[in-house]
Amino acid sequence: MNFKLKIWRQKNAKTPGNFVDYTVNNISEDTSFLEMLDILNEDLIAKNEEPVAFDHDCREGICGMCSLHISGRPHGPRQKVTACQLFMRSFEEGETITVEPWRAKPFPVIKDCIVDRSAFDRIMQSGGFVSASTGSAPDGNAIPIPKRDADLAMDAAACIGCGACVAACKNASAMLFVAAKVSHLGHLPQGKVERKERVLNMVAQMDKEGFGSCTNTYACEAECPKGISVSHIAFLNREYLKATLS
Amino acid sequence: MALDSKIPSGPIEKKWYDHKFNLKLVNPANRRKYKIIVVGTGLAGGAAAATLGEMGYEVSAFAYQDSARRAHSIAAQGGINAAKNYRNDGDSIYRLFYDTVKGGDYRAREANVYRLAELSVDIIDQCVAQGVPFAREYGGYLDNRSFGGAQVSRTFYARGQTGQQLLLGAYSALSRQVGLGTVKMYERHEILDVVVVDGKARGIIARDMVTGELERHAADAVVLATGGYGNVYYLSTNAKGCNTTAIWRAHKRGAYFGNPCFVQIHPTCIPVSGEHQSKLTLMSESLRNDGRVWVPLKKGDDRKPNDIPEAERDYYLERRYPSFGNLVPRDVASRAAKQVCDEGRGVGASKMAVYLDFADAIKRQGKAKIEEKYGNLFDMYYEITDENPYEVPMRIYPAVHYTMGGLWVDYNLQTTIPGLFAAGEANFSDHGANRLGASALMQGLADGYFILPYTLGGYLGGTQLPKVTTDAPEFAEAEKNVKSVIDRLLAVKGTKSVDHYHKKLGKIMWDKVGMGRSEAGLKEAISEIRELRDDFWKNVRVLGESEELNQSLEKAGRVADFLELAELMAVDALQRRESCGGHFREESQTEDNEAKRDDENFSYVAAWEFQGVGAEPQLHKEELTFEYCKPSQRSYK
Repeated sequence: MNFKLKIWRQKNAKTPGNFVDYTVNNISEDTSFLEMLDILNEDLIAKNEEPVAFDHDCREGICGMCSLHISGRPHGPRQKVTACQLFMRSFEEGETITVEPWRAKPFPVIKDCIVDRSAFDRIMQSGGFVSASTGSAPDGNAIPIPKRDADLAMDAAACIGCGACVAACKNASAMLFVAAKVSHLGHLPQGKVERKERVLNMVAQMDKEGFGSCTNTYACEAECPKGISVSHIAFLNREYLKATLS
Repeated sequence: MALDSKIPSGPIEKKWYDHKFNLKLVNPANRRKYKIIVVGTGLAGGAAAATLGEMGYEVSAFAYQDSARRAHSIAAQGGINAAKNYRNDGDSIYRLFYDTVKGGDYRAREANVYRLAELSVDIIDQCVAQGVPFAREYGGYLDNRSFGGAQVSRTFYARGQTGQQLLLGAYSALSRQVGLGTVKMYERHEILDVVVVDGKARGIIARDMVTGELERHAADAVVLATGGYGNVYYLSTNAKGCNTTAIWRAHKRGAYFGNPCFVQIHPTCIPVSGEHQSKLTLMSESLRNDGRVWVPLKKGDDRKPNDIPEAERDYYLERRYPSFGNLVPRDVASRAAKQVCDEGRGVGASKMAVYLDFADAIKRQGKAKIEEKYGNLFDMYYEITDENPYEVPMRIYPAVHYTMGGLWVDYNLQTTIPGLFAAGEANFSDHGANRLGASALMQGLADGYFILPYTLGGYLGGTQLPKVTTDAPEFAEAEKNVKSVIDRLLAVKGTKSVDHYHKKLGKIMWDKVGMGRSEAGLKEAISEIRELRDDFWKNVRVLGESEELNQSLEKAGRVADFLELAELMAVDALQRRESCGGHFREESQTEDNEAKRDDENFSYVAAWEFQGVGAEPQLHKEELTFEYCKPSQRSYK
């Protein structure tokens, strides 16, 4: 298969960037999107041009490192997959594909398609944990947890922290990311002790980082590679309301 | 230097207990005066950094990714072993210990493995307390599944994302400490050298991968928890960034390298589909709980799998190993897959694959049950191959997955450089010549949560550590060394990309230092690796500059190190003229093609001392003694 590519090139955070046109030819349909970029980069190196920088690591859809906005959608046209699990068979022959970094003020571009997502780490540091220091735990079976709660917690805990939800949102809201953690820990007895501080601190940090508000467009759920449901945002809102009232 | 494994005396079940008492302590008020560097934030590094921070030490943690949460422990799927005996099926610490020593083909230290089994139960408790959402039964209690090499159900899991959930647990604990200010986190930093002052590890040289700036960090002790070196094969189930650089450069500074040739080739991965392929994807071993492995009885049978009648299928694992069936250990399953493919009975376009079939399980348990257990794995398989595993059998083939070898460490997880510790996959310690499934997570967390916090304290409390600053000449020398490697890479300005060399190296390693190894092949591999390394330094093309984010430069440094490590792996494989675990020397096999160990001559850990690039490394042997698990020909029949 052959493709035309429009890729965002930006030397560093201080230099303005722009789209540059490239073509790639003879790509097998079983090539992953990132492997297609590898092939482009090999071509560029052969021509003494600097390869395109993009974040990636596990290439099996779980580390959350890859973060490409592909033809207007985070992680590209297929639902519930990351860019590394997207294959070229999902595109039309000869298609023009645009590739750019996440676009959100709290995620500044570092180079080409790489952004800085440390805001997510700072939100986690503000309350995304159970304060259980090593050594203090009772037996794992001491507190039975209803299967339904454990399953709900796991649904939320599946978040890979990639930031597609923010990139998809017209307000650059991080509500789905924060809600996933609040809901994961809030559904478990271990997490209930600190639920109030957790939700207040995480939401405060989210606001401080400059993420926008949620206006219920559900774009985050539609683009989440792990299919995290917006129902967790409803849970977050309930937790937040309860915490502010008590 | 003579190797001292520092294994405590006394009966095995009391060794760790006594050792903890005998280790020196650091008073809680004094801990903040000690600075510890932890490199890598996976299960071992993340758990260690968090726990040491909780204890009050001043910790700096480093990750090459943009967040500590992305370390490759995250990709582990199936589960974590623990001797809880919640199933009432006869499990015990002793049985987990025995299974692990046997599974490792009697090439691991008994004392270390016993401690690992002992700590396994605490790990589950700790993770539950952190909010790790392990699978539960309807009564609310923890669920288990079975893994290879065991006849009990002792594997705890969180759907097919156990590694992710355990890592996020450690990352949460680490985040809490970062928020509290006990741990300082350095993301997008790569460690390029270890600084040794007066014979002790006292710091590191790191490169800020965004600005390219070289940084000096001084400390009282350094922990390397940087994972394995499976990417020396280019194609592996490791993340693209996984590398040997930190441990290799520590090796060049004097840390011995243990059993470099012990590599785990995992039997159930999605087969290679073409030249463009950049990595291989694992399909969890847990699938062998319900999937049946088979190939056609006849060579070159081109019918679709569902058109091949039952009588013309060979369920070769069930046939050869009736008592363990599809759940034989990984090394055995991988070799058996290679054998049937070499016989010409492989399937798929490449003929280098076997079937993993769920039709029976779906018939027996229903599609919904299978979906609940393995849904995310089936989806992943579907995305990659465009084939629906609920309808047609999966095609799988072995791939490089884990390295049992790593930096040699003593019972305290200390390398041969005092003050330099290695944890998790980066050390060689607990898995012998073959790791059992669901044991990597167990080892990483045991090292990080429960071993290093004691042994590091013992080192700090019992050692005179005069103040060292980054102005010391050793830091200047190490920084100069790092800079000269970077400058040299950029100065070659050759014609071939880094990936070109990495792929070539991978092919040599897979063909000659892979699933089957022979004296002639290994000798060829050594000379080919040397030629390739020379060519790399003459003709590699690394564009861009060092003072910026430069992914080609990062890769080039890592591949340069792989090109040196690869030779050591081949040298180690050549000297070990026996087969054991994942190391299969074609000259040493039984009549029915099983690995044949030679305990008389090779019951030792090979610890290699660096003597210079291209120079013959010096071999030190740590003899292994087995007081409890008497070595026998491993049988899973």
